[in-house]
Amino acid sequence: MGDLSSLIFWSGLHGVLFPQLALHIPDGFLSLPVSLVTWVMAIALIATALGRVKGEHQERTVPLMGVCAAFIFAAQMINFPIPGGTSGHLLGGTLAGVLLGPWAGTLVMTVVFIVQAALFQDGGLTVLGANIFNMGLIGTFGGYYLYKALRSTLGFNSWRGMSIAVAIASWTSVVLASVATALQLAISGTVSLTVALIAMLGWHILIGIGEAIITLIATSYVWRVRPDLLYDPPQRSPLPRPLVQR
Amino acid sequence: MTNRPNYTRNGTFVILGLSAALVIAVLLSPFASSDPDGLDRVAEDHDFAKQAEEDTVAKQLPFYSVFEEYALRGVPEAVATPLAGLIGTLTVFGMAWGAGKLLVKGSVQDSTDSDLPDRPSN
Repeated sequence: MGDLSSLIFWSGLHGVLFPQLALHIPDGFLSLPVSLVTWVMAIALIATALGRVKGEHQERTVPLMGVCAAFIFAAQMINFPIPGGTSGHLLGGTLAGVLLGPWAGTLVMTVVFIVQAALFQDGGLTVLGANIFNMGLIGTFGGYYLYKALRSTLGFNSWRGMSIAVAIASWTSVVLASVATALQLAISGTVSLTVALIAMLGWHILIGIGEAIITLIATSYVWRVRPDLLYDPPQRSPLPRPLVQR
Repeated sequence: MTNRPNYTRNGTFVILGLSAALVIAVLLSPFASSDPDGLDRVAEDHDFAKQAEEDTVAKQLPFYSVFEEYALRGVPEAVATPLAGLIGTLTVFGMAWGAGKLLVKGSVQDSTDSDLPDRPSN
């Protein structure tokens, strides 16, 4: 545990010495075996996603993949402050899953993380598999399927069901991403598991609220203007209202 | 409810969505919090921030001579991050569109498997 003075010291030096890492893991934090295993998991899911996108998507979803990638990349640049002198930003995996489904959403997130790591040195290239898995796939799969289950339970065709599902799923995906990162750091021997879990969870429980708010704003816009573009569009009631009363 | 064909309405949505992304990346990025974020903060508090490698693979790439993190090199500081945001947003837009286009077009029988979306080639 850093004491107060070292904390102030680090905070002061932070801007000079360390890049913004976000939840983006830099090269050097993970051991070779952990990097390799996360690479394998990421590549397996991406390969499956490539096949599924081929199989199920239509031409008209292609431009939406571009828009979704652009929005998530841009939003990830905007760190919002959270209490305690820390910041967070959107991960976007759940948003991508809600808009495009888990398969196309996975490809979109992969593109975003490749560009961040290769062009902007944000997140290490050797640990890109872990970053894609933690910040992308946990959202596009875990976040998406949790959202779908909640929405089906709470009211698939109502904004109430939609919004609660989106908020809970996106918050949960950030918390899970921080747990996955903590586990990877601990298995790598970088920091002890208890310390990593408590510290990562402590911040990301708060950062997840930001994720939920941004994901809600984006989905509420699509829900209002083009609900048909959602991967799981709401169904209009087949009998809107009886033409003749009684 | 409009009679416009779907592709026009989709075109409008795409333009609006991309514009929103560009506004965020260009106009809002200078206002992003510079506080350390989650992992960053934990790494500092628990003394493993120094384990981050200095000479990373990404710094061997030609892009490193163009961008220093989210800042375009060789331009005034005030516009370095907005321009990096602009270029990055357009790059992911094009790559995700391109990856989708390649996959969906070849959806019938074409199995020229490109296993990953291509690296940017600009």
